[in-house]
Amino acid sequence: MGKSTVIPFGPQHPVLPEPIHLDLELQDEKVVRASTSIGYVHRGLEKLVEKRGFQEYVYVAERVCGICSFGHGWGYSKAVEGLMGIEVPKRAEYLRTIWHELSRLHSHLLWVGLGADGMGFESLFMHAWRLREIILDIFESTTGGRVIFSACKVGGVRRDIADSELKEIVARLDKLKKEIDAMIYIILGDETIHARLRRVGVVTLEDAIALGCVGPTARASGLPLDYRCGDEGGAYKDLGFRPITETEGDCFARCKVRLRELLQSIDIIKGCVENMPAGDIAVPVKGFPPAAEHFTRVEQPRGEALYYVKGNKTKNLERFRLRTPTNVNIPVLVKMLQGCDLADVPNIILTIDPCISCCER
Amino acid sequence: MSYLKKSPWLIHYDGSSCNGCDIEVLACLTPLYDVERFGIVNTGNPKHADIFLVTGGVNTQNLPVVKQIYEQMPEPKVVIAVGACACTGGVFHDCYNMLGGMDKAIPVDVYVPGCAARPEAIIDGVVKGLTVLEEKQKALAVSVSAGKKEEEIELAPQAVMNERQEGSGCSSR
Repeated sequence: MGKSTVIPFGPQHPVLPEPIHLDLELQDEKVVRASTSIGYVHRGLEKLVEKRGFQEYVYVAERVCGICSFGHGWGYSKAVEGLMGIEVPKRAEYLRTIWHELSRLHSHLLWVGLGADGMGFESLFMHAWRLREIILDIFESTTGGRVIFSACKVGGVRRDIADSELKEIVARLDKLKKEIDAMIYIILGDETIHARLRRVGVVTLEDAIALGCVGPTARASGLPLDYRCGDEGGAYKDLGFRPITETEGDCFARCKVRLRELLQSIDIIKGCVENMPAGDIAVPVKGFPPAAEHFTRVEQPRGEALYYVKGNKTKNLERFRLRTPTNVNIPVLVKMLQGCDLADVPNIILTIDPCISCCER
Repeated sequence: MSYLKKSPWLIHYDGSSCNGCDIEVLACLTPLYDVERFGIVNTGNPKHADIFLVTGGVNTQNLPVVKQIYEQMPEPKVVIAVGACACTGGVFHDCYNMLGGMDKAIPVDVYVPGCAARPEAIIDGVVKGLTVLEEKQKALAVSVSAGKKEEEIELAPQAVMNERQEGSGCSSR
């Protein structure tokens, strides 16, 4: 064993689209200890709730993260709706589910691309991001925005999708599904990907439970943790939802979970379109939030996010708290990095799908 | 500007944004927009880069990192602030730890508005940045010939050293 060396990783690093800093303590090529430091994208959004009105804040909540922006807008709206006792129309719930699942599709395709780039498979990166543009086109035609589209508001949604447009979306998704199938065939059958990802960064079921990980990271270790199962909001209850799990707990399993979720999301959107109820898309919101508290959850592409709101009978909320999936997955990341090769560090970091701006808010 | 005289390399850094603009910057590189066909390459190394694409309104912890990347880049360099946050602070302008605008941290040459900035706008910004880069290049060339005297004085010790080396017969050629 040689002397241990500390290698700084980040905040600016080619594989990271966002800044996070890791100190990796190495002995020869093995990482013996990793410690993270965050805060490079901290904007203090929870505090901002004191300066913005509770309806206006949806815009800020959407800008917690540019990738799962719709989910954060939805989570915040859902928490405020629960606080004020607002019943959201069924059609709005279905439309929210469609946009949220489209976000998941775009987020997972984005992840496939970044993951491929992290291991040097650049053509797959380009391919995944080409497929992602199909989803962004759907966002653009239905809402006008590509990544941040402010479709959600307290009490419902801002825009309706016409039934003819819904059919067109399904046709586009059918086309996309064929391409995704071909991509999955490449990923699951490629020897280099197997060599890079299999038995790397293993999380056992016990560790997953003990360290409290969420989302695809937990599901890849066999923990069927998916808030969509019990979600009262959205269309998940009507459609019947079963979480996707794998048992190996390595990087490859996490990759497989996300790939299978791509297909599942397409099925959920199709289910929503088939069962789309008619009616209003929003209810008017009257008055201010009462002096009470409420919390709710939303299953984001990276895992479960928790929203807590506390009102004080004024225009502004007194407190908004958001616990995001990446934040919860950092302890398990540190655990995975212990004992891995230096060359595997980017792969391990990328397979928890870190979203630093979610994490730091 | 009718054609590119140079294939610019760019470095991208997230200076405390919501990553909406960052994924749009990456979207510029991928097949739909594909700026790599113009020789524009996203490099991870500040010392290889001509253009600094930076997003976000910079918080206090990120400030030294942004400055460091800027200082590591060789001259001439162009800074493009991408997105509403980088231009003015945007939706986060009154957050307690944000500087509110990239130009409060480093000198910015081109501002690309939008939340999130669209890939077309980012590409437009880069094209505009290339004109600035050319101007800066010219300005650098002028300053070298104008300060010729200064250069000669600086070169003097070097010339002396060369003479000594030749005198001692180090050069085998």
